[in-house]
Amino acid sequence: MDITGRKLFVRALLEEGVDTIFGYPGGMVTDLMDELYKQEEIRVVLPRHEQALIHEAEGYAKATGKVGVCLVTSGPGATNTITGLADAHYDNIPLVCFTGQVPLNLIGNDAFQEVDIVGMTRSVTKYGVTVRSRKELGRIIKMAFHIARTGKPGPVLVDIPKDIQVQAGDANYPSSIHIRGYKPSEGVHVGQLKKAYKLLKSAHKPLILAGGGVLLGGASAQLLQLVEIMKIPVVTTVMGKGALPNDHPYYIGNSGMHGKYAANIAVSECDVLFSIGTRFNDRITGDLNEFAPKAKIVHIDIDTAAISRNVVVDVPIVADAKLALEKLIEWAEPKNTKNWLEEIRAWDRENPLQMRRDKGMTPQMIMEAVNREFDSCIITTDVGQHQMWATQYLKFGGAKKFITSGGLGTMGFGFPAALGAKIGCPDEQVLCITGDGGFQMNMQEMATAITEGAPVIVCLLNNQYLGMVRQMQQLFYGKRYEATCLRRRIDCPANCKGKNEACPPYLPDFMQFAKAYGAHGIRVEREEDIAAAIKEAKTYTDAPTIIEFLISSDELVLPMVQGGNPMNKMILK
Amino acid sequence: MKNRWIALYVENDVGVLAKVSGLFSGKSYNLQSLTVGTTEDETVSRMTICVASDDITFEQIKKQLNRMVEVIKVIDLTNVPLHMKEILFAKILNCSTADKEEVFQIAQVFDVQVADIGKDSALLECKLTERRNNELIALLRSKFKNIEVVRGGAVAIESISTSCR
Repeated sequence: MDITGRKLFVRALLEEGVDTIFGYPGGMVTDLMDELYKQEEIRVVLPRHEQALIHEAEGYAKATGKVGVCLVTSGPGATNTITGLADAHYDNIPLVCFTGQVPLNLIGNDAFQEVDIVGMTRSVTKYGVTVRSRKELGRIIKMAFHIARTGKPGPVLVDIPKDIQVQAGDANYPSSIHIRGYKPSEGVHVGQLKKAYKLLKSAHKPLILAGGGVLLGGASAQLLQLVEIMKIPVVTTVMGKGALPNDHPYYIGNSGMHGKYAANIAVSECDVLFSIGTRFNDRITGDLNEFAPKAKIVHIDIDTAAISRNVVVDVPIVADAKLALEKLIEWAEPKNTKNWLEEIRAWDRENPLQMRRDKGMTPQMIMEAVNREFDSCIITTDVGQHQMWATQYLKFGGAKKFITSGGLGTMGFGFPAALGAKIGCPDEQVLCITGDGGFQMNMQEMATAITEGAPVIVCLLNNQYLGMVRQMQQLFYGKRYEATCLRRRIDCPANCKGKNEACPPYLPDFMQFAKAYGAHGIRVEREEDIAAAIKEAKTYTDAPTIIEFLISSDELVLPMVQGGNPMNKMILK
Repeated sequence: MKNRWIALYVENDVGVLAKVSGLFSGKSYNLQSLTVGTTEDETVSRMTICVASDDITFEQIKKQLNRMVEVIKVIDLTNVPLHMKEILFAKILNCSTADKEEVFQIAQVFDVQVADIGKDSALLECKLTERRNNELIALLRSKFKNIEVVRGGAVAIESISTSCR
């Protein structure tokens, strides 16, 4: 018997095991929404903005390992998702985003709320397609889920015209799919891997660089095993943070633009750099000519296009991180890396990650308190200084998961991502570390947090500035704080060089903001109150808590490598 | 930087051409020419693409094309014996009788047809290699003041037994 497109849509979601979707209604998805009303297995989460909707689905996908499913209407509903799709594209998060579309006969007419969303998102999705006949609907949805979750995961967009939603057609949803042009890499080239292992074995100063691919591939346990057998020190990228438990003796820290001194020097001094699941982003390499200059480089990545793009490597290996590591473990023999480890530790003693402790509360103190107060949790961040402090000072691995916007660097990501994580994992403690700039980009989601029952803890580091840019202005632009002071008003002097007594008050008042939504608010100004505030926040399970930490505007993220400089040329003070 | 050739089998679907050409513009690859048409299988189109790049970029281009869901197969034609032709029309305008005579001479030398002729104009129809077409245009430009050129971009297919290009 034939069924309507809208019925097949819901059937497909159920067959794919979807239990939660993030949806925002509108004229071109009313039929799909109506069909969702008639069933009880799938929960529809209603955010307050479509950008946040995608970030929620990303947080959900990252926290649960499932595909994040989104449903938005045509036109502005669809265009509002673009930032989120791009974010998911860069960080390889499996999403399927359904957009409503005007009926087929109106496409191209500049109809009300018509946009070519497939065209607009072509470069920021793994795949995107408009369903052009009812007959294709089942196959396309099947394809979408398959493509989103296999190989290197990513966002897929399925645009469904309104007439197709109501048209009758085949009731079957395919159970499997073959796509002739889609061949995600499987297996490992053993010969190449042997070569890589030989290099590692003969190295005097071997170093593993673990990227987000290790976490995406679920290969943390294998990495740990390899590291423990071979005794090789590990540095991570921002996205790889937590790939090895951060308190492990062989874990050095993050490398990159705001990486640890010892980690960056280790990259510059190592003789074999064994990298897994990283695309050698410019924030990791700095000046390419001076990147790991003494090292033979091994590069394992599931994406052929990631290999030898930025860094030309000595041993390229296209493989899934887990498979490759499992194979390496079979061969692995202990190595003597004592002297090398000692050398790295000496660099760390020379320039440890350390903020001043002489006057007032620092971000380091806040991060350390978070480390102490939670044994198991999911932490999301926004983008900016607080994010870098989180990657520097927070400890991850094991029961502590880290979700951040790495590739695209999307302000406004943290809070909705935390909500998505909480919705996916209601029994987990979920924290969002954010700044006053990033939080304001999606703070309307406080409504979603309340209505959807997602009591997350928001640690809001308020320095009253867009701090990351302010830092650049302070260091490289003669303290000309153009458009970074969030207290600035129209009557402020044009040539302001920083805060003084005459400055207008900060807004909004985040405590009143919390109150307006029925959330909890705690303001912290002194180091001695940090732990108590976090403890108090943990007791609130009915609604989110904003802990606003009033931190100094002058705090910098250090060390720092200025863009384009070699990684061993760090600004330390 | 040198010119390299790719044959690309893709799904014959809406938006695939936009996606492929969008890759070249989005990633600043230097696209020289792109032609597309259906194949013996009507669900499959074949593109002939010429791109100017260095070795590393070219490898990257092939990988980027390969990972597109709509791309079925990428064939590197750079060092492969093949037959390659480009269709070209060249209209020579405001020509005198002497000019027209010269057009016929050129047609004979280049082994192309004079497809149409009028009181003061003539039309050349050429099916040559791209390079030969370039040479023909250069020659026409040097001889005549007013010419109009339409080019189709090259199509190529692997040779059976010859090694010519």
